[in-house]
Amino acid sequence: MELKIVAGEKEEVTEELKKVGLEEGIAEHIKEDFLPAELTVTFEDLLEIPLEEAYAEDIILMLGREEKGEVKLGDIELKVNKSELSDKIKDELKKKLKVVRRKLTREKLDDIVRKVVDKYEKAKVEPREAVGIVAAQSIGEPGTQMTMRTFHYAGVGALYITLGLPRIIEIVDARKKLSTPTMKIKLLEEYAVERNKAEELAMEIEETRIRAIGKIEVSAADMSVWLSLNEKRLEERYIKREEVEEKIRGIGMDVLVEVMEDRELRIQRKKQSYHELLRLEEKVSNTLVKGIEGIRRVLVRREPSEGYVLYTEGSELKKVLRIEGVDSTRTTTNNIAEIAEILGIEAARNAIIEEMMSTLEEQGLDVDARHITLIADAMTMDGEVKQIGRHGIAGEKASVLSRAAFEVTVDNLLEAAIYGEKDELRGVTENVIVGQPIKLGTGAVELVMGSKYENQTTKRQGAKIGGTGDGKGKKRVN
Amino acid sequence: MRAKRIKGIKFGLLSSKEIRKMSASRIITPDTYGEDGFPIERGLVNQHIGVIDPGLRCKTCGGRMGECPGHFGHIDLEAPVIHVGYAKLIHRILTATCRKCSRVVLGEEDRKRFLEEIKRQKERQADVGEVVKQVFREAAKSSVCMYCSEPQNLIKYDKPTTYIEIDEGGKERRLMPTDVRERLERIPDEDVFLFGMDPENARPEWMVLTVLPVPPVTARPSITLESGQRSEDDLTHKLVDIIRINQRFMENRDAGAPQLIIEDLWELLQYHVNTYFDNEIPGVPPARHRSGRPLKTISQRLKGKEGRFRGSLSGKRVNFSARTVISPDPDIEIDEVGVPEEVAKELTITVNVTERNLDVMRETLKRGKKHPGVNYVRRVDGRKIKVTESNYEALAEELDIGWRVERHIQDGDIVLFNRQPSLHRLSIMAHYVRVMPGRTFRLNPAVCPPYNADYDGDEMNLHVLQTEEARAEAKILMEVQRNIISPRFGRPIIGGIHDYITGVFLLTRGEKRFEKEKVLDILYKIDIEDLGEYGGTFESPVRSEVSGMGFEEVRLSRYWTGKQIFSMILPKQLNLQFRGKMCARCIERGEGCKKENCSREAYIVIKEGNLLCGVIDERAIGSFKGIIIDKIFRQYREEVAKVFINNVSRLAINYIKQTGFSFGISDEDLPREGKELIREEAVHEAEKKVDELIRAYEGGELETLPGRTLEETLELLIMQELAHARDDSGIIAERYLSIENPGVLMAKSGARGSMLNLTQMAACVGQQSVRGERIKRGYQGRTLPHFKPDDRSADAHGFVRSSFKDGLSPTEYFFHAIGGREALVDTAVRTSQSGYFQRRLINALQDLEVKYDGTVRETKGIVVQFKYGDDSVDPSKGEYGKVVDIDEVIREAIGVESRS
Repeated sequence: MELKIVAGEKEEVTEELKKVGLEEGIAEHIKEDFLPAELTVTFEDLLEIPLEEAYAEDIILMLGREEKGEVKLGDIELKVNKSELSDKIKDELKKKLKVVRRKLTREKLDDIVRKVVDKYEKAKVEPREAVGIVAAQSIGEPGTQMTMRTFHYAGVGALYITLGLPRIIEIVDARKKLSTPTMKIKLLEEYAVERNKAEELAMEIEETRIRAIGKIEVSAADMSVWLSLNEKRLEERYIKREEVEEKIRGIGMDVLVEVMEDRELRIQRKKQSYHELLRLEEKVSNTLVKGIEGIRRVLVRREPSEGYVLYTEGSELKKVLRIEGVDSTRTTTNNIAEIAEILGIEAARNAIIEEMMSTLEEQGLDVDARHITLIADAMTMDGEVKQIGRHGIAGEKASVLSRAAFEVTVDNLLEAAIYGEKDELRGVTENVIVGQPIKLGTGAVELVMGSKYENQTTKRQGAKIGGTGDGKGKKRVN
Repeated sequence: MRAKRIKGIKFGLLSSKEIRKMSASRIITPDTYGEDGFPIERGLVNQHIGVIDPGLRCKTCGGRMGECPGHFGHIDLEAPVIHVGYAKLIHRILTATCRKCSRVVLGEEDRKRFLEEIKRQKERQADVGEVVKQVFREAAKSSVCMYCSEPQNLIKYDKPTTYIEIDEGGKERRLMPTDVRERLERIPDEDVFLFGMDPENARPEWMVLTVLPVPPVTARPSITLESGQRSEDDLTHKLVDIIRINQRFMENRDAGAPQLIIEDLWELLQYHVNTYFDNEIPGVPPARHRSGRPLKTISQRLKGKEGRFRGSLSGKRVNFSARTVISPDPDIEIDEVGVPEEVAKELTITVNVTERNLDVMRETLKRGKKHPGVNYVRRVDGRKIKVTESNYEALAEELDIGWRVERHIQDGDIVLFNRQPSLHRLSIMAHYVRVMPGRTFRLNPAVCPPYNADYDGDEMNLHVLQTEEARAEAKILMEVQRNIISPRFGRPIIGGIHDYITGVFLLTRGEKRFEKEKVLDILYKIDIEDLGEYGGTFESPVRSEVSGMGFEEVRLSRYWTGKQIFSMILPKQLNLQFRGKMCARCIERGEGCKKENCSREAYIVIKEGNLLCGVIDERAIGSFKGIIIDKIFRQYREEVAKVFINNVSRLAINYIKQTGFSFGISDEDLPREGKELIREEAVHEAEKKVDELIRAYEGGELETLPGRTLEETLELLIMQELAHARDDSGIIAERYLSIENPGVLMAKSGARGSMLNLTQMAACVGQQSVRGERIKRGYQGRTLPHFKPDDRSADAHGFVRSSFKDGLSPTEYFFHAIGGREALVDTAVRTSQSGYFQRRLINALQDLEVKYDGTVRETKGIVVQFKYGDDSVDPSKGEYGKVVDIDEVIREAIGVESRS
């Protein structure tokens, strides 16, 4: 098969595509299964589409046309991309239109896209909508239906994970120390398919202290600590004897390490006292020989579509990401503070959304993602993860009255006086307190009567605003 | 004319000068009322600072009680005292300023930098606290003043209000408030800015009081007890103390008393002023009432849930409201509320009499206080007259344009209906009044889910709207039918529950046939014009009247099927296909859906408003799910959806009333063989396996699970095994309970209860747990003395093998109570926790708003989201949880499924 592009045009296209580094891609596709085609879209149109390497295929598709009179893939692509839709809907629409492409005509395509755009426009929020309150209610209301019991088994041998209401509260509190930190470590291809390699990697990560791999005895007779290493455990954890000796030597305290005939290790200190000996024992048994401090346990599990995945108890994102074999692009932790620190605030925002959604879903509660997104954005808009509460968003509000009505009433008032703060009465609580309409939703617009009616009504009822609006009143927006 | 709006409220400190300027009276006597019963001049309840006695006039503004808002007075303190609230700040300022020249001990460069930083923060309306903290930190570092070279001393702060200066030699000297004030007074204006203060608005020395403002009596009214005795407000008591000590201080000083006594009195004065501001200062004994009750002073008045802010300003008690128990009434519409006549006669709406309604209002008034009547009228001159048995007729005659009539609420009035806790906006909706006999509010059960109400004694509140705007807004935003879709998840929250589902389920299941009379009975009170095509005819025996002989004749009569009857309440153009709750998930099991031929009738097809196949269950009309309701709402909007739900309630109740439906203890019976099967195959088997596990554990043969101890492993495996036992017995029980069993029918249709509930009633209750584990506590090594120590068997740790029907053994009963209590405690803890959680959420997010440019911003104008939810879509406006149902658009356009 060959590609027929009108002479001149072809060069032009190739030329332009070359600029964005797509020539190779084109060549590849031409060889394969694409039919002769001519460009119906103008060149400018083509270039309006944001070009990325991944789009190469799309462009080729646009060139392809199977039969005369049909709507081309390119037409769909172009038509949808140019419409005023959100990206997610665009993708879905394109996908679905391509399925039914053969039945489409130009007019029908236009018609469908127009209808979708119409419906999308209708589904948009009204300006002045109090979306914050709706979001807060939507997450707060199912709170009573959530379970309290912190611990939940996620299958046999799996980990304890905080779930339900306590977990949600933990997230909005922006706590640094979680009650059950855990990581989901995804592995690079070669590690993910082979159990041995995954397990070796798990051992690389799980913290191993000497007490876990050997028996420690304190001998007062010769004032030394005796360590007999368990061969099986060493093997399991891929640790060499020499490594252990090395680690013990490195603990400081002027230790002397001897290897005895029966392969036991005798550890002594220069300064000899019974008290010191006990301290030495403590130190030795606590010495980390392998793994990452803070990761107490690593489980290897096989997931249907991903191969082997590691689940941990304890979280050390920074250190784990550096380990070879870990897929640093897909590994996550449930510790949002850590994500914010290492991957940045946008990642933290996504993590908040992800964590809240999965917690709610696990509880079988249906909450629209937009509410959670709003909360996550409110928490992260300043570039740091802020708590929902006194020490975060609620404490940093502009309004004195609002802060005073929330918590620490007196301190807030005293402080406001010192700094000469002015409450501008823009928010909800402030206006409730002074007894004014709230400038949100319908409260943000006013109904003003024409003067002719106003005089009559004021005379009769002494009303300031209102009476029965008979259609002649006009809506005024401020 | 537009209503005036307060633009802002500025906070600041009062200087002595200002306190005196705003004072209406200098208070010098600690007494309140004289022997004549009138307030004493210059006393704490004097008539210059407000009146609380009827008949008296304010000597400052001339207003009577209720008109005069009250005026501040003042007390001249004989010696300055520290304001407790600022004691810590004063300490910081003292430490940061030079003891001699009172300049802030900062180099020129730092000073400039900080000043700029503070200015910038203030312009951004941001918190200056952090910068000020730095100022204090920096200024405290220097040990010598860079302006007058005076060495700086350490100043110790002794809570609550004492400062001690320690010089180089370590000698301590107390700084009296006078010293403190002197130092603060010396701080130059330009330095005051460094503390984030504006000298115009708050000078540091104003934190040391020389004059104490006395709040108006209206803010601390005394109450007269039945005995005629006056009881003063706590604040008045405290002020009495302050004046007394103030006087004693003066007398002693003037008499030249020793320094020690003076200082003691000063300290006492400080104590009284401290507790006047805050009576809960840590380390300070609270001032008490004669009875021993701690006094409620200024700080206590403001703080907390019942304090001024949360208790009286953010939330208030209201008029025009009623509260009573709710009860169900499926015969009223979902947007109605049944109001007892007694209540209706108490609640009123003010109507302005105009030429258009004069006659109607006169009629109303002519009924006097009988139900749709009038309680009060207000004449043109503003006089309010109570309508009584004796005057209503005369008033009706006199009634004229310009009067106002407070008439009873009546059918069709719009009111707000609310059930606490008001967790979301659907907890308050607008209903239309329907006055009824009885003493409870009546509510259609379909509206219970949004209120989270049931009828086990729940009470609800009703509020009558008083202005036309309020009524219009309620109608447009709060009507029940406009809130069928929950903004939380974008699906209907209102829909059938309990008997509604059972009724419709029974009606539409299989091919039930009804002759015309029956059909009409079932459709009673439903607005249907035409029964439509009948389903067919059947032969029915009829006693022949003509012959009179009493022999039977066979007649052909028309019948309609249950599905046809249900179709009559569906809108005519409705097209819908979905899988119901009965669906056995064949697709997930890779068997493929049989669709119309589904043996469970789980595949529902509605074409042109006709239910062709499938049985209607919870997924079709239930609350939270309600696919049909969802579809009708999207396609025909709220009014049609409302009518549909109304019709479902009538239809279901009419039908279930005819057939009858009950569930009794005998419905939990299983045949003997079933019971044996459960005992043998499920329970015994599991117990045997548990014993094996225990033996393996004791013999050291049990394989430890990774990351667990041996014990944990054992427990885990036992738990698993016993959970199996219950599930298995449930499966066995299910074999003996068909869908004809009302319990099963309710569970499967989604009307009420679950198969687990039935299993527990009929087969086996199962393992009881505390904190997700088997029950372990009790005695040493055992849970109850009925067992041997260290018995790890199922029985000994809370496995209940009996069913509720059979009854529990004493030990089982006890374990069940343990588990039950945990659930109760859990609920109690959860409600308080989630209540606070929601309060925090609301407080953090309440001011966020979508602006006209599509961004979401808070009050300062800072953007929270550039596009609401990243796509500007309102969750309640999408289609079936999605923004746009593309499949549907494509199907409508070209008649082809786009689902791949």
